[in-house]
Amino acid sequence: MLEIKDVFKTFNAGTINEKRALNGVNLKLNEGDFVTIIGGNGAGKSTTLNMIAGVYPIDRGTITIDGVDVSTWPEHKRAQFLGRVFQDPMMGTAAGMEIEENLALAYRRGKKRTLKWGVTNEERDIYREELKILGLGLENRMNTKVGLLSGGQRQALTLLMATLQQPKVLLLDEHTAALDPKTAKTVLDLTEHIIEENHLTALMVTHNMKDAIRMGNRLIMMQDGRVIYDVAGEEKKNLKVSDLLAKFQEASGTEFANDRMMLS
Amino acid sequence: MNISSLLSAVPGALSQGVLWGVMVIGVYITFRLLDIADMTCDGSFSLGGCVCAVLIVNFNVNPVIAILASIIAGSLAGCVTGLLHTVFEIPAILAGILTQYSLWSINLRIMGGKSNVPLLKSKTIFSGLVEMTGLRNSHVALIIGVVIAIVVVMVLYWFFGTELGASLRATGNNENMIRALGVDIKKTKLLALMIANGLVAFAGALVCQSQKYADINMGTGAIVIGLASIVIGEVLFSRFKSFYMKLSSAIVGCCTYFLIRAVVLWLGLDPNDMKLLSAIIVALALATPVAMAKYRTKKAYSPNGGTEHAGN
Repeated sequence: MLEIKDVFKTFNAGTINEKRALNGVNLKLNEGDFVTIIGGNGAGKSTTLNMIAGVYPIDRGTITIDGVDVSTWPEHKRAQFLGRVFQDPMMGTAAGMEIEENLALAYRRGKKRTLKWGVTNEERDIYREELKILGLGLENRMNTKVGLLSGGQRQALTLLMATLQQPKVLLLDEHTAALDPKTAKTVLDLTEHIIEENHLTALMVTHNMKDAIRMGNRLIMMQDGRVIYDVAGEEKKNLKVSDLLAKFQEASGTEFANDRMMLS
Repeated sequence: MNISSLLSAVPGALSQGVLWGVMVIGVYITFRLLDIADMTCDGSFSLGGCVCAVLIVNFNVNPVIAILASIIAGSLAGCVTGLLHTVFEIPAILAGILTQYSLWSINLRIMGGKSNVPLLKSKTIFSGLVEMTGLRNSHVALIIGVVIAIVVVMVLYWFFGTELGASLRATGNNENMIRALGVDIKKTKLLALMIANGLVAFAGALVCQSQKYADINMGTGAIVIGLASIVIGEVLFSRFKSFYMKLSSAIVGCCTYFLIRAVVLWLGLDPNDMKLLSAIIVALALATPVAMAKYRTKKAYSPNGGTEHAGN
């Protein structure tokens, strides 16, 4: 479904701020894989997701989605394959537009925007049903401006928008990091539900090791712009946080350093 | 200084307000929907007037077709600004200034080196109705202007409700989101700038036909008039939230602007002071919310824990 081969990326090359963000990333996702990504500060987790989405051009290597080489495609063109939820709840929705308008924009992801009316009545029924799944009562507020919603509500809406058109790969970039613990749990439960229900292939960056172990069928750990640990199936299910910490020290030779990482 | 002379100036002021209002809608699209202060518009307003006048006077073109040509010319000017901004990533304000600057030379070339082209006895879209009904020029301009303004508002309301129009609004709202949803924001920004400047040139052509001449300086300060009108309109229509009303508020704001101007002239002030007044209106309107927020922040602070304001 998704194949990343020898991808390198250096930011600010040739300057004093030169930073090699990706140092030969290799990753292959099979259809239906739900992979959680953990790693220390600057390990390249978010950068990997951004490279898949085409936010920045890569220096070397190839990225293939569903058999199509998209390595040099611009971000808006890759969007036809990808659903994305960002860390910042403000980033995934248009605050000045109504809930249904936001959904309608997402419903047309990867399609040509024509002079047909922006939201049709049949669509409204679909949106209402989908919004019910969120369990936030948003189905009764479809004409509310998204800017009036809370961070958690906006993030849940973004999740729905990202999956309204079934994506080939769903990219979740620490999408609960900015939420309070209770809201974060609601959004995570929704995430699991939606991924399971639609048999999605997903990549989720998280700073919560427990979530990383609990969710998905596969876990990878990144360090210094590389995948240093890749575990799936039974072995992953039986992992403990202490195992991950040990694995990290063994692979990198240093203490695990992420000031936002939740160890318990 | 009597009231009747002021009253007799009202139809003229309103008709100017409505015709310039079409330009204000163009400015509204870039300033409010895309959050760009598009400096092209001073130049594209004159461009619309110059193209229209030259086509009518030198080539004897039908006044309606002359207007259509003006709209196309204006959107080309917007296209230049758009390309400078999106493809070459020149900041929007600077891109607009560059186009505006170059348009001054281009407009002079269009008018054959003359800074002023009078329409004299040529037919305009207003002259037919004047002859037919015997109404005064300003009344006819007001009637036709209102009809045109209504049509423009309706067409834009439709457009911004379509898939394409919605993606354009979303571009102004959240670029990150709309890119992630597969829209090329370079194209939407370019399109918005073209539509906006097409409207601005449309207004330039209308004003040229109603005042019966085109002048190289007719668009000078158009951007500030546009911003002032938007701000006035928003204050007047602050209770209305629908998109229809927001577009209409631009026109009503512009009419109010020209009424204020008529009063200022009636009071015997120097018309040249109008630019100062416009700038003050815009600066005040943009500064007030910021100043209010700062004042509130300052007032909310109290050194001993803020029990008075926080409530616990």
